[in-house]
Amino acid sequence: MADNMTLNEIKDILQAEVLTSNFDTDMHIEKVCSTDLMSDVLAFSQSGDLLLTGLVDGAAVRTADIAHVKAIVFVRGKRPSKETITLADEKNIPLLATKLSMFETCGRLYVNKLQTSINAG
Amino acid sequence: MQDKPPKIAGGVFFITGKDFANAGVASCELKSILEKMGVDHGLVRRAAIAAFEAEMNVAIYTPAGMMRYKITPDYIKIVVEDVGPGIENLDLAMTEGYSTAPDYIRELGFGSGMGLPNIKKNTDELKILSIPGSLLQKFLKNTF
Repeated sequence: MADNMTLNEIKDILQAEVLTSNFDTDMHIEKVCSTDLMSDVLAFSQSGDLLLTGLVDGAAVRTADIAHVKAIVFVRGKRPSKETITLADEKNIPLLATKLSMFETCGRLYVNKLQTSINAG
Repeated sequence: MQDKPPKIAGGVFFITGKDFANAGVASCELKSILEKMGVDHGLVRRAAIAAFEAEMNVAIYTPAGMMRYKITPDYIKIVVEDVGPGIENLDLAMTEGYSTAPDYIRELGFGSGMGLPNIKKNTDELKILSIPGSLLQKFLKNTF
């Protein structure tokens, strides 16, 4: 039973495109934080998370850097600017983009046994 | 017992209000400094999140401010000060979910009313001095 996945496996499952020149195919991901609210990333994510978001602003990359998020997947076909991609390369945070919705992205990762990093209550 | 940084460091960053392209740059730089000094991973994350939230508050709500920091073998102290307008009701502002942020701030992913409570959560000591109409000072301290 898989309880972690490599970034390369995640890329394939989400039919995602790699946006950054920095992409560690063997990077291991165990937990996922999915939100468009950076405030929630800061308040509830855990170190080492994968972030799923539709927010493509540079703030997403800076928030990920601060919260020790390992990598970001942009959902719903959203594309960041060149500046945001450059910033992510500087911060060593791989960026991926998928055309899938947030719901389907979460679902595909969930059935592959990745866990949420945010627990209610 | 966490490893302590071997030396003392300090500095200041200036923060421009409404400059969202650069909001968070100071805190990212501070995080990088802490990492280079060999500060414990978990403590870096807590201090950086607290600093980032405080910096975003300045960017969102005020025309300008600054962040001063001091790192010693015993503590990390961060002081974030802005030119106002200050907070009328601090108790209310410390309540999770309470926010006066306009919609365009929420579209940037912030302003959900978690900022000040999250600063408190990620610091060992937090003091806030608010002079409504004049200034706001936040004193953040994390000890090793």
